[in-house]
Amino acid sequence: MTLLVALTLFVLAVFLGLELITKVPATLHTPLMSGSNAISGITLIGALVSAGTDHSTLTTALGVAAVALATINVVGGFLVTDRMLAMFRTRRKGGS
Amino acid sequence: MTFPDAIAVGYLVAAVLFVLGLKGLGRPRTARRGNLLGATGMFIAIAVTLLDRAIVDFRFLALGVVIGALLGALLALKVRMTGMPELVALFNGFGGAASVLVAGATFLEVVDTGTVDDQLAVAAAATVLIGAVTFTGSMVAFGKLRESLRWNGFGGLHIVRAITGVVALLLAVGVVVQPDSLGWFWGLAAAGLLLGVLATIAIGGADMPVVIALLNAFSGVAASATGFVLDNSLLIIAGSLVGASGLILTQIMCTAMNRSILDVVFSKAVVVARGSHDDAYGDGVTSTSAEEVAMLLEVASRVVIVPGYGLAVAQAQHAVRELMTVLEGTGAEVVFGIHPVAGRMPGHMNVLLAEAEIDYEHLFEMDRVNPTFAQTDVTIVIGANDVVNPSARDDPDSPIAGMPILDVDESGTVIVVKRSLSPGFAGIPNPLFGADNTLMLFGDGKQAVLDIVAALLEG
Repeated sequence: MTLLVALTLFVLAVFLGLELITKVPATLHTPLMSGSNAISGITLIGALVSAGTDHSTLTTALGVAAVALATINVVGGFLVTDRMLAMFRTRRKGGS
Repeated sequence: MTFPDAIAVGYLVAAVLFVLGLKGLGRPRTARRGNLLGATGMFIAIAVTLLDRAIVDFRFLALGVVIGALLGALLALKVRMTGMPELVALFNGFGGAASVLVAGATFLEVVDTGTVDDQLAVAAAATVLIGAVTFTGSMVAFGKLRESLRWNGFGGLHIVRAITGVVALLLAVGVVVQPDSLGWFWGLAAAGLLLGVLATIAIGGADMPVVIALLNAFSGVAASATGFVLDNSLLIIAGSLVGASGLILTQIMCTAMNRSILDVVFSKAVVVARGSHDDAYGDGVTSTSAEEVAMLLEVASRVVIVPGYGLAVAQAQHAVRELMTVLEGTGAEVVFGIHPVAGRMPGHMNVLLAEAEIDYEHLFEMDRVNPTFAQTDVTIVIGANDVVNPSARDDPDSPIAGMPILDVDESGTVIVVKRSLSPGFAGIPNPLFGADNTLMLFGDGKQAVLDIVAALLEG
């Protein structure tokens, strides 16, 4: 991937993100933060490669630490968001 | 299909699921499904990554995953809703730290094995700086939210911060010019960590929603920058999506406070005006009792409850739910008026009230509740202060002039439940307390609400 292609992806994704989230009700501000934070745990896939590559003890150690932290982010983030959203209910529609 | 192709297709599917997931998270009815779509995308991304030939040893990798999954699940399932701001801060920080570690490991590996090109060096420097600031900034926010960190910085903080920022940029240039001299790299990491602390240490409680949203955006940008280091399209896409959503939340929070991001981040420690605040109210403050409030509520046909951070501190959400049930039993309409920056993170009050099983249809945003105060018999303010301060609207010289507020003073009677007359975060007196139609109910938020409920049930 050339730098220009990477930059194109970056800019387009930012615009897509801005269009997606423009109007979000206050009720969802916290779940949106915790849910999107879980998505930013995507660093995990980079961490997996660093931790699994047999290069040096230092890079493996950094990789394993990154895997652990990113997994906390991913697992904890999606779980806690689901827990929160399960609490948001509406009587008019007859439950969640 | 070869392995690299399978990985690329898997990443494409994951990216689409992230987009759909984020879209779903923006609407109440689809939010839960959106979250699930995001999680599915993540699962696919992880699964296809494990096909990567570069991974030769799965032992350490599994160790990291197991530890992380256990800790993550434990934190997510054990946290109480009052502790949610701390947890979000913690997760933001972990995201930043993970990005630093990945970029660091990759950079060190390439330095050892080959020549570092400019793209890698620039991307690695950016990731380490952004990620490190996100990490320590989030840890400071975490400490402040737990109230275990009370230090607000020192006199020349903004000068030290500016110097550290410049030094960090110089070190980043060093990394790019001489990538093989690892001193630049470690120095940059250290400067980034220090900068995160200096940038957040002076920020007070009421600015926390802005800071949390901004750090959320940073954790996304850090992941995106890591994508440039690894030449990985999925990291770039997912990271920028999160960065954009965090940026929008930050913008919403800033608008709600009538402050710019720069105002918040470059704030000096807020100077609280000392002196007797009681003077500001003269003899105008009228104190009341739970029984008197109950009598007012018995004949009210519309009641608005305005919660603030004090509600979270007093853990009064369940007591408020009881009050609402009792009032609805008398035929009154009860709604909650929620200011966008009430509490310590975006949406803080909504989460607390949802925990107490209050339908979100009863939760009115500022624009929707403000026109209704004139038709409201009683407004009960619990643990909120600056967001109901009429001087923001009426006094152009007020430090918070121009900040949009909830116009509670337009309702028939305002009951303010508060421990004392002490000023809010902005350190300015609140003329609402001395207004003719305001009654002060002094005491702990939870106990006061329970007393009102008891008085209502007796009467």
